[in-house]
Amino acid sequence: MALEVNGKSYEVDEEGYLANLNEWDKDVAGALAASDDAELTDSHWEVINFLREYYEEYQIAPAVRVLTKAIGKRLGKEKGNSKYLYELFPYGPAKQACKYAGLPKPTGCV
Amino acid sequence: MADFETPELFKHIHIPKPVPGAMESVGPFIAKPDHQTALGFPAELVDNWEQKAVDAMGEAVKKYRGLAVFLDSCVKCGACTDKCHYYLGSSDPKNMPVARQDLFRSVYRKYHTPAGKFLSKLGLEWLIGAKTMDKSVLDDWYNYYHQCSECRRCSVYCPYGIDTAEITMAARDVMAQIGQGMKYSNEIIAKVYKIGNNLGLPEPALADTLEGLEEDIEDETGVKVELPLDRKGCDILLITPSADFFAEPHVDGLMGYAKVFHEAGVSWTISSKASEAANFGLFIGNYDNMRKISLRIREAAIDLGVKRIVYGECGHAWRVGYSFLNTLAGPFDFLDQNYPIPQHICEFTHDLIKKDKLKFDPSENDWMTLTFHDSCNVARGSRMGDKAGGQFTIPRDIIKTVCNNFVDMAPETIGEGTYCCGGGGGLLTDDLMAVRVKGAMPRMTALTNVVKEDGVTHMAAICAICKSQFSKVLPYYNLGMDMIVSVHQLVSNAIILTGQESEKGEPETAESKPE
Repeated sequence: MALEVNGKSYEVDEEGYLANLNEWDKDVAGALAASDDAELTDSHWEVINFLREYYEEYQIAPAVRVLTKAIGKRLGKEKGNSKYLYELFPYGPAKQACKYAGLPKPTGCV
Repeated sequence: MADFETPELFKHIHIPKPVPGAMESVGPFIAKPDHQTALGFPAELVDNWEQKAVDAMGEAVKKYRGLAVFLDSCVKCGACTDKCHYYLGSSDPKNMPVARQDLFRSVYRKYHTPAGKFLSKLGLEWLIGAKTMDKSVLDDWYNYYHQCSECRRCSVYCPYGIDTAEITMAARDVMAQIGQGMKYSNEIIAKVYKIGNNLGLPEPALADTLEGLEEDIEDETGVKVELPLDRKGCDILLITPSADFFAEPHVDGLMGYAKVFHEAGVSWTISSKASEAANFGLFIGNYDNMRKISLRIREAAIDLGVKRIVYGECGHAWRVGYSFLNTLAGPFDFLDQNYPIPQHICEFTHDLIKKDKLKFDPSENDWMTLTFHDSCNVARGSRMGDKAGGQFTIPRDIIKTVCNNFVDMAPETIGEGTYCCGGGGGLLTDDLMAVRVKGAMPRMTALTNVVKEDGVTHMAAICAICKSQFSKVLPYYNLGMDMIVSVHQLVSNAIILTGQESEKGEPETAESKPE
């Protein structure tokens, strides 16, 4: 499967996750979101940027609690909870936000 | 994901009229070549796969005598037909346990029974319901053997005790061996081999996560409770599902175990090598993989020099741990023989409660009214404590100790007859969402009844799959995703740590508390 962005083709898996993490850029993120009929606002970007940074360091997406804590620290306590994250990413912050960030889907009993 | 209808809930669990083909589909995503070869299976469907499947089936029947008995002994009495949550939720008659078994049994009859071999020569095998192994059979297998969560509820009601789970496992193993494994389970097992857990959580990320949890507990209670990683010479090695490090409400349970260990005054550690309790080798029915996954636990226990092994809240892991660990990875003669090998965290906590070693303020949980979902693998594949039925009484005793409000769901839906959450057995993947939502119908019916009649607000469970499955499917049934909690989350809320600053601190789950 492939995703077309600005005339370039990007390989994605059956569920629409980007196959090659290094190919990701902001336009790709927007296109990945658009394929789910979602639009990325600044609030989405705050989360996506954190995910990219964390992945860079640890080679895995952050645990939900690590994410909520980090978002709370950076953006204020009222945003540091899973309710806020689910409002932004209704299919679940771990899976949906990872997808737009170009990261692999978290697997396991989650 | 194709659209699907969420089943309508009735006052009692509704037995639907069969709708043939209602769940016909191509099944879940097929495993990628890498995920197949990492597990020792061929990368893709092999040449001459029909014969190879028949041969693999013959070997399975020889190796697992129970399987042969199950295939030979069904008398088609029909007792199982209305017992499977997937049939009840989907109306597809191939989800009746007997029909699911027959997908495998019909091929077995043709190639591996005297009558089948003889009648096949005359072209009369149909007389005994025997079938040729061909593409349409494989397609049916792949689809319908991934609509069984191996929960074994049907076996409770079968007068011969036929265990459909064993047949599902055998069929999945045959498919993997001819090159058509399932993506979800096989990708995960490959990660366990490569990184150590289902999530693919590397050691530095695990260390960072655990450190964060220590900070959280200290912020909440003022007490420094450790969550050690790879610490040598501890009493206890904790084997827990990696979802406990990652997801909610799982992580709240992990903090509960840590607090209990802390109050018990025992030393304990998590291992980065065996940072996963789950053993998906069970789900794919492959002994070699199940054994290889289990051996990590043995190696970690030896490397770290622990005396005991305790399992966290994970349903099928506890079945593998309780029922098979000794033959898979034993003997565990190097561990302290005065304790169960392995021990469940609920047994551990329950023992301390009985000895009056823990202090609780159950009013911390007063804002909730709890019920308890018995997880299938714990209920029907294991036990706890030293009395029959301990796997039912021990978790409930714990909940009743730490919560003032507890109500059970209807008796035929819990205990030995518990309904599966709908996501077990390797089905907890988004590509099977229709199966998962429909299969949850019986549990959702029973839960909705206690919500309406008894004011139940939350349901506790001791299985990572159950917790993730429920948080996903509850909203389909107009229930809140945060209704599902960990048993040790309740313990965590109520436990009073020695030296805790305020006995009436903020509840740990403040964010999920209704506003």
